[in-house]
Amino acid sequence: MPRRFVVSFVPLVAALMCLSGVTLAQTWNSSGLPRSVFESPEGKPAPAPPRDLTGTWDAGPGGVSGAGHVASPFTPWAQERLKDIKPGNGPRAVTEEFINDPLSIMCDPAGFPRLLLYELRPVQIVHTPNQILMLYMFEKRWRVIWTDGRALPRNPDPRWYGYSVGRWEDDYTFVVETIGMDDRTWLDNAGNPHSADMRVLERYHRRDRDTLELTVTIDDPTAYTQTWTPRNKLPLKLVPADADLMEMICSPTEAAAYKKLVDSQK
Amino acid sequence: MRNKIAGVFVAAVGLLVHSVLLLGHHGAASFDDKILAMKGTVTEWVWSNPHCFLKYDVKDESGKVTNWAVETQNPTTMSALGWTRTSFKSGDVVTLTLQGVKNGAPIGRVRTVYFADGRVLLATGVTAPDPLPAK
Repeated sequence: MPRRFVVSFVPLVAALMCLSGVTLAQTWNSSGLPRSVFESPEGKPAPAPPRDLTGTWDAGPGGVSGAGHVASPFTPWAQERLKDIKPGNGPRAVTEEFINDPLSIMCDPAGFPRLLLYELRPVQIVHTPNQILMLYMFEKRWRVIWTDGRALPRNPDPRWYGYSVGRWEDDYTFVVETIGMDDRTWLDNAGNPHSADMRVLERYHRRDRDTLELTVTIDDPTAYTQTWTPRNKLPLKLVPADADLMEMICSPTEAAAYKKLVDSQK
Repeated sequence: MRNKIAGVFVAAVGLLVHSVLLLGHHGAASFDDKILAMKGTVTEWVWSNPHCFLKYDVKDESGKVTNWAVETQNPTTMSALGWTRTSFKSGDVVTLTLQGVKNGAPIGRVRTVYFADGRVLLATGVTAPDPLPAK
């Protein structure tokens, strides 16, 4: 056996071992980071790269707000609108047979910003030359944040996820402004309403390499007497880059089966 | 402990739910504060959104069988707690604690599952297995 072959075999085996190690770290169908990440004290994380949100981010249990949020005082417009809103949670919760939550009962889109205020599951952020894309595990939805300097549209047709533009406020803070949301959507599980005039400000502050803080401000003078901040520096943690995420889709077929099952037991 | 819970029973443990009620898509207002405990035989495990469902038969002392359906949170949340699509199979005998509903229908939200082989699964917001009533 040529000795040269044996010698060349050693690095090959070493390389294969490294490769198998990488393979073990890869994950299919992940539900996100383990809870321990959000419960254990942080070490000393590396500094954030400038102007870069690339990666998959998970807010953990803090991103899931089943009870809804405490809103600022309603205007008379919102009080009138609330007569038609029957939530399953929060201070105006009704019993199951009266709930008319468009997301949970009909699998309508969560819409924006409920996508951030209810089930903020892991989200992958992708940069393109003229956009930032947000790819959400919940609903398997995406949003396009335009970064090409354009202004928001005037008097736009309402959309479930509105119209968004973003800019870097500094090297570590990306600010997104969104308008044009469909006013059929609720803001959260408590059934807090919004008007078509709502503006939503998202502030993404990359505190360090592993932490992205999200602040969401609702500015809707038609519905609320003052602005309010349902997410205030909510920390999202960086998910390993090789984690493949689960689907989390509200299927009308499955929702109907769920309702049928519950009804059949009554 | 298993001997103590042998036999079929449906008992109100009478503990108040200390934690905030579980908050799913379909609201918290329908659920009762009391925790129930019962033993049953699994008939179906539905792994789907918006909630997973465990269905099982419970036989009472007169021999009457009732099919219960208790929900958990969604597959994503349950995965993080160690539940999987194959956690249950038909015929498994399990002892459960759950939050029932105010109108007494055989539905509820599962809290703790004790398997015959000693495994225990906890649902969302349940930090320690619920105790079972002494027989």
